[in-house]
Amino acid sequence: MIIYGIFIVSKSGTLIFDLDYNIPRIENEKTFSYPLDLVLDYNDPKNVSVIFGQKDGISVGHVLLSVNGSSTSGHTLEDGRNIKEVLETKESYPLTLKFSRPKITTNEKISLSSVFYSLYSIASQLSPELKSSGIEILEADTFTLHCFQTKTGVKFIIISEVGVHGMDILLKKIYELYADYALKNPFYSLEMPIRCDQFDTKLQALLEQVEKTGINNL
Amino acid sequence: MINNLYIFDKYGNLLYYDEWNRPKKGEIKQEEEQKLMYGMLISIKSFVNRLSPTDTREGFLYYKTNKYALHYLETPSGLKFVMNTDVAAMNVREFLQQLYGKVWVEYVVRDPLWEPGTEVTSSLFKSKLDDFVKQSPIFGIRNI
Repeated sequence: MIIYGIFIVSKSGTLIFDLDYNIPRIENEKTFSYPLDLVLDYNDPKNVSVIFGQKDGISVGHVLLSVNGSSTSGHTLEDGRNIKEVLETKESYPLTLKFSRPKITTNEKISLSSVFYSLYSIASQLSPELKSSGIEILEADTFTLHCFQTKTGVKFIIISEVGVHGMDILLKKIYELYADYALKNPFYSLEMPIRCDQFDTKLQALLEQVEKTGINNL
Repeated sequence: MINNLYIFDKYGNLLYYDEWNRPKKGEIKQEEEQKLMYGMLISIKSFVNRLSPTDTREGFLYYKTNKYALHYLETPSGLKFVMNTDVAAMNVREFLQQLYGKVWVEYVVRDPLWEPGTEVTSSLFKSKLDDFVKQSPIFGIRNI
């Protein structure tokens, strides 16, 4: 059973805790010859990404991680050379480029959690049945999202691989940890990001235990 | 149990809507509800795409609340079939695929009077769809 991540969203829709647990890093490295048969986008100062072309697992939206083994930061390589210049010079080929799906940044996590907050309430509005809750399980072909909302409106969200069982038990366990180690912490104020070492370590231990012995032994 | 069905085209026009079991009605206007539904689907699609740890192929499949499940099927041409059922319904995606192939293609795509992008008013389609839905094993079973 693989858990990709955990989010806790407060009752007003802000992200108060997030954990990347086991995100698979699929990196594709390939040697290219001149001219490069991918179109890259140099407009974002933070990274260089593919905007056209698809090849051996590299597809649109993937970001450039390294050139000839030297990793990229923004638009420059480790030795200070500009990526665009390197990629457009014929003499530097053949080049080995490594691409990967971009990581979710913290800012994106914050916006994704508020998107989920509104999806949750729209789902209950659009219900054909009376008194429906919001989204509890959302399934896509690559992951499953399980959400548990407490009586006070805090949402606990687990992102896991497809086809896992017993996530509701795990969600309640995380709620227990939240109640024990975040809420009972005198320095924690409601609605604020959770920064409690005890909570972090207990959660990590819980996830490790689940991974090793399965959900049924909780 | 099948609650209702929405069919949207790739531009967000509602091509067809029908309902079979719907206890909750009239809280928001039908037109508003359809817009809200399409908007939600678009948001879910981009949400799923961004949150996914690896590249998605089909993307969003369904979601469940404690009372109903929303199943989603998007064809390569951008048609969106959305069906609400009870939470216990199985294989709704396959059912939607069949509905697309056996009912939509037969009675709408092959209808010479239908203009793509306009609402489907054909009564033949309506009755065939009704039969198709009522014959399915998902239709009658009530959630226990």
